[in-house]
Amino acid sequence: MSGTLPADAAAPWASASGSGDDALVRVDNLVKHFPVKAGGLISRTVGHVQAVDGVSLAIGRGQTLGLVGETGCGKSTLARCIAGLIPATSGTVTFDGKDITNLSRRAMRPFRREIQMIFQDPYGSLNPRRRVGSIIGDPFVIHRTATSAERKKAVQELMERVGLNPEHYNRFPAEFSGGQRQRIGVARALALRPKLIICDEPVSALDVSIQAQVLNLLSDLQDDFGLSYLFIAHDLSVVRHVSDAVVVMYLGRAAEQGPKDTVYDTPRHPYSAALLSAAPAADPESAAARQRIILTGDVPSPINPPNGCRFHPRCPKAQDLCSEQEPVLEGKAGDPAEHMTACHFPVQTGENLAAAGRGSHS
Amino acid sequence: MSVTELEFQAHVVEGAPEEAIQGRSQWQLTWRRLRHDKMAIISIAFIVIMTLLAIFAPVFASILGHGVYQTFTGKGLSADGIPVAPGTNGFILGTDYVGRDLLVRILYGARISLFVGLSTTAMATVAGVIVGLVAGYYGGWVDTILARFIDAVLAFPFIVLALALAAIYGSSLAIVIGVITFFSWAGISRIVRGQTLSIKEKEYIEAARSLGAGPWRIMFIDILPNLMGPVLVLATLYIPTAIVFEATLSFLGIGIPAPAASWGVILSEAQQFYQVSWWYVVFPATALLLTTLAFNLLGDGIRDAMDPRTERLFAAGSRRRRRRAGKTRPPEPGALPPLTVSELGE
Repeated sequence: MSGTLPADAAAPWASASGSGDDALVRVDNLVKHFPVKAGGLISRTVGHVQAVDGVSLAIGRGQTLGLVGETGCGKSTLARCIAGLIPATSGTVTFDGKDITNLSRRAMRPFRREIQMIFQDPYGSLNPRRRVGSIIGDPFVIHRTATSAERKKAVQELMERVGLNPEHYNRFPAEFSGGQRQRIGVARALALRPKLIICDEPVSALDVSIQAQVLNLLSDLQDDFGLSYLFIAHDLSVVRHVSDAVVVMYLGRAAEQGPKDTVYDTPRHPYSAALLSAAPAADPESAAARQRIILTGDVPSPINPPNGCRFHPRCPKAQDLCSEQEPVLEGKAGDPAEHMTACHFPVQTGENLAAAGRGSHS
Repeated sequence: MSVTELEFQAHVVEGAPEEAIQGRSQWQLTWRRLRHDKMAIISIAFIVIMTLLAIFAPVFASILGHGVYQTFTGKGLSADGIPVAPGTNGFILGTDYVGRDLLVRILYGARISLFVGLSTTAMATVAGVIVGLVAGYYGGWVDTILARFIDAVLAFPFIVLALALAAIYGSSLAIVIGVITFFSWAGISRIVRGQTLSIKEKEYIEAARSLGAGPWRIMFIDILPNLMGPVLVLATLYIPTAIVFEATLSFLGIGIPAPAASWGVILSEAQQFYQVSWWYVVFPATALLLTTLAFNLLGDGIRDAMDPRTERLFAAGSRRRRRRAGKTRPPEPGALPPLTVSELGE
């Protein structure tokens, strides 16, 4: 069947974030393929890593869209395409009603002020040879929005706002802890008062107690500045805590997306169900009671993804149809319109997938 | 554990010392370590003295009353026309083959050596850093062309080019500086390119791009500070190479033209006299040796001071040496392994 989702399939559920047509960011059928080169002197393309293969989503103003999926499913690539750091192969990214797909650096400049990023690694995302004050002041210098005296004042205000001691203006990143460094990253992202902040696993590298501090900081800032977040994580409890809507990705495709509560309470895609069943629970009783769906096998290569539903080789419910026909992302029976699932045989409420998985695979 | 249960912990402010401390830069830390390196400090002292002697060479010449080109055929040469020995007739280091004061000529030679060494290294470093950054950052065909060009320069026989240029344009200081610079930048470029290739993949470079920084800003504000350590070490080690390079060219007669008092010129003239006038060879050669050695030791010292791991290794080594005092000989400074790319990494 068709390699990518039909473009018109993207339209109806554009309100995945629940905010209707006034969404801040709209991504339509975004595709990013990386060429795989082979050969010595004259390289030729022998294939493509289909990192993102037809994903559509929308982020409402002042809302948070969570993006989950296991390592290598294309979350970060999608984020970088939206941020304009890497060019998309096809599809469009619309920001505030304007198409910003594959703009030149110069044309992208005004949008850089509106879209900022927070990175995963608090150690790698700060230049070790530059002082914190100049790192946080960089956005002002690049966009020439402040004189140097104003800049210093603004930087110190930002440092105070994110819970850093403004006196530490002259220090180097190495002199801060992981959580403090992530706050530096937040301050830098906040400097130009953006509308959207793309958080690429902002707390994955942090200690659990520090995670909570940073998440609360992000949530306070969202309230204060009306920020929208695209929040990428593989920790489902973190995503549930911060998100209004959720997109579950698998191998470059959206497996399921919709409002946070319906996706978490009634996951329709077997992959989402398996992810949720694997999430650690804090309550020992519920942890003992839950039944984990054990997925077998590894994630297939994104260079040569499986035919039909990309999840079918690992799916406990897979049938012949799944390997033949690509499921379309659509609302399933009984779900709200925004809750869409790409599955031929969606999980029914109360169905025990764990048993099904054992029955068919062991 | 869910995040919500940890929310109360969020009130705990991450502990940080309250006092405002000025963060120490890598240069301050390097200097603090370098200060304890005896060889490096002696080298710095020697280089400073040599520089002062070079700058004030005309003053010494006027005190001694011997001009740099002034020949003393009467008291400066023996009856057989052979240079007089050190200490004779007021010539502290003796005279050369036409009766000029060797000390004054060596001091003037220091001017040429240091000027050529420093100016060529400065130009080669600037050119090497720019080419290396551009090649490494842009990659693709820009990198292919520049990297092949670097390889070509490094593979070129420099003496042949110097000979050809001297034959066409006549030998001059400008050509010497040009030739040395042309053959020095490529080595620096190669190191800078390699480092740039690894640094540009760092997340903070992506962060800079996401802020809207342009390629030149990223190269010079974000990447360059991370390269300054290796570049400084390399540049320090290129100075003695350039000094020897100049001496070689002058010795061969394709460098600084003869009447000028370059160390290479003096050594070249001394060839016919070293059997009868040892001082004619020994003093300019010693000046050349000590100057290059001082720069080399300083470069080694800076490299060690840049890398805290090296310091610990050295400290452990010296403790071991003290324990086994008398049994083993400490390694000679000259026995240090040559500078490699991996050692330059931070």
